[in-house]
Amino acid sequence: MLDVQNLSVDFRVDSGWIRSVSDVSFALPANSTLGIVGESGSGKSVTALSILRLHAARTTRMSGKIMFDGNDLLAMPERRLRDLRGRDIAMIFQDPMHSLNPVLTIGDQIGETLRIHQGLSATEARNRAVELLDMVRIPDAKSRVTEFPHRLSGGMRQRVMIAMAIACRPRLLIADEPTTALDVTVQAQILELLRELRQEIGMSVILISHDLGLVAEFSERVIVMYAGELVEDAPARTVFDTPQHPYSEGLLRAIPSPDEDVSRLYAIPGRIPDPGNRPPGCNFAPRCALAEPACHAAPPPLEAFAPGHFIRCPVRMKTTEPAE
Amino acid sequence: MKDMTTDTAIIQVRNLTRDFDVGGKGRGKRVLRAVNDVSFDVAQGETLGVVGESGSGKSTIGRMLVGLLPATSGRIDLFGETITGDGGRRALSRVRHKLQFVFQDPHAAMNPRMRVSDVIAEPIDVRGGWSRKDRMDRVHELLETVGLARQFADRYPHEFSGGQRQRIVIARALALDPSFVVCDEAVAALDVSMQAQVINLLMDLQDKMGLSYLFIAHDLAVVRAVSTRIAVLYAGEIVEIAPKRALYEVPKHPYTKALLEAIPRPEAGVRQPPIRGEVPSLLNRPPGCTLCPRCPRAFDRCRVEAPKLREIEPGRSVACHLYED
Repeated sequence: MLDVQNLSVDFRVDSGWIRSVSDVSFALPANSTLGIVGESGSGKSVTALSILRLHAARTTRMSGKIMFDGNDLLAMPERRLRDLRGRDIAMIFQDPMHSLNPVLTIGDQIGETLRIHQGLSATEARNRAVELLDMVRIPDAKSRVTEFPHRLSGGMRQRVMIAMAIACRPRLLIADEPTTALDVTVQAQILELLRELRQEIGMSVILISHDLGLVAEFSERVIVMYAGELVEDAPARTVFDTPQHPYSEGLLRAIPSPDEDVSRLYAIPGRIPDPGNRPPGCNFAPRCALAEPACHAAPPPLEAFAPGHFIRCPVRMKTTEPAE
Repeated sequence: MKDMTTDTAIIQVRNLTRDFDVGGKGRGKRVLRAVNDVSFDVAQGETLGVVGESGSGKSTIGRMLVGLLPATSGRIDLFGETITGDGGRRALSRVRHKLQFVFQDPHAAMNPRMRVSDVIAEPIDVRGGWSRKDRMDRVHELLETVGLARQFADRYPHEFSGGQRQRIVIARALALDPSFVVCDEAVAALDVSMQAQVINLLMDLQDKMGLSYLFIAHDLAVVRAVSTRIAVLYAGEIVEIAPKRALYEVPKHPYTKALLEAIPRPEAGVRQPPIRGEVPSLLNRPPGCTLCPRCPRAFDRCRVEAPKLREIEPGRSVACHLYED
C-alpha cells in the first residue's frame, strides 16, 4: 500500500543544503503496523512528515518516490494531496495541546474533517463527532463534544486527536511520538486504543518513537534509523531479541530494565553526528566497538542479513551467521 | 541495602502538606491539596526514588525539600535543621549550600548569554570569597568531573547537545560540594543513549562524594536503575514505600502494580489491560481512598475510609485496606 523508495530529504540552511534523511526505503502492506525508532536527529520524524509532504516547500528538497496505492505522493499536485491528507492518510503528533485549536470546541474540530472531506452538514458532523468520541472511549461523549481543549487532560486530548484522525476512516495513520508526553498508565491506554481501532477500521499504523520497547511491543515490523539512514529493518521481535546492527544493539542495551537490578547501565559512547558534519564512512563508526578501518572509509550499503532482515553493517554481515 | 533507621537520616520529612489556592475568596475559596501528609527519610549516600504520574505531587515535594516552596504544614529537617515553621528561613540559609537541584530541561536552566564557565561558577559567585584563579580551577575541575573537556568553559550553552547541557547543569550543582541533590526528571528529556551516560555519571558522583539524591521520575525503569528505596505517589500521597527490589519484584499496592504493568514489555507477549481512568481532580478528593474509582480491587470500605500508610513488613509501608488485618 505504501512504498517509500530511496527517499532523501535536504533542508536549506545558511551555508547551503544539508541532508537530513538519506536514501531511506521501506514498504508497508495494507492493515499492518510499522515502527520507526531512533534518537533525536535520526530523521524519523522528517521521514514521516515527508509522506504527507508537510515540510515547508521552499526550504526542503526531496528526492525518491513515496508510492501510495500506486501514485507517487512526491510528484502529486498539491490539490490532490490535500484531498488525501486526513482522508486516506492521517497523522497524530506528540503534543495534543499544540495540535488542537484552543478556541474551538472539540466537536467543531472533529467535525471539520468530516465537513471538508465528506460534505456533512453541521448537525450531521456533530452527531458523527459524538460517535467518534465514543469510539475513542471518551466517557459521556454527548456532553464532552461541546468542551474546549483546555478542559481535558493530556490523555483525553490525545484521544480527541485520534478521533479527528480516524474520522474519515483513513487507511494509514502516522503516529509521531503519540504517547511521549503522557503518563505510563495513560500511554498504555492510548496504545491499547490504537490497537483496537486498527482492528475495527482495518488501517495501517506507522508508530514513531524513541522508545524501542514501546515500538517493538506495538509493531509487526521495525526500522531503526541513525543519523538520517536506515540501519536495520526487520520483524519487531527480531530487532528486539536478536538485533544485528551495533547501534540497534546499543540502543536496546542502554534502556534500563524495570525487571532487574544492575550496578551500571550500558551507555553508547559519544553522540550522534550533526547533519552537516557526518563522517565519510559509516555514520555510526566513530561510536562503534566493531568498527574496522573500512568502516571509516566508505559508507556501507544496506544488505540482506536474513530473509526479511536488512542491516547496514558489513562487519556483522561477514562475522555473524543468521540464527535459525 | 542500607539499614533505614532515623539515626542515619540526613533528611526527615514528617506530615508534609502543601495547598495551593486556586481562586475564590472567603467561604468560596478553593484549595487544591497537592501534597497530603507525606513522611519519609533519606539517609546519607542513599537515593530515594519518587515515582508517580503528573499531578501526583512529586515535583512539589522536591521543591519544598530544597526550600523553593514553603510547606503549608508539616516538618522538614535537613542535616538537623528544621527548615519549616518559625525560624525556618534562617535554618534554611544555614544549610542551603548543601542542597542542589537538577531540573528536567537543561536548556531552560541556563542563561543562553552566559559562558559555560560563568554558568558553572554561579553558585561560587553567589557565595563569594573565591579568588579568580581558584574559581577558574574549580570550573575546570568540575568540567572534568562530569566528563567534559576544559576548553568547553569558554563556549556558550547553545553549542552543546542535550546530554552535554545536562552535564553542565550537574557540574553547576556540584560547585559547592552539596550533600543532597534533588533530581527532578533529570534525564527525561534525553535520548536513551545519553540518558544512560548521565545516569552513570550521577551514580559515580554518588559513590565518590557520598551524595544523597531524591530522584523524581515518571520512568520506572530509570528509577529502578538509580534508587535505593522508592516511594510511589498517587494524588499527593505516598501509597507505597519500599526497598527497590521488594517494590519491583512483589509490588503490594494496586497502583504500584498498575504502574509496573503499564511498562511496555515486548518479550511478555500478551499484556494485562491497563488500569482505567486518570488521576482524580485534587480539588474534590473522594472521601475514601483516592485510587478507589480506578482500583480493580476496591471494596466497600475503600469508598468511605481513606487507608493509612502502615508498615506491613520491615522497611515497607503501604496505604491500602487490603493489607490491614
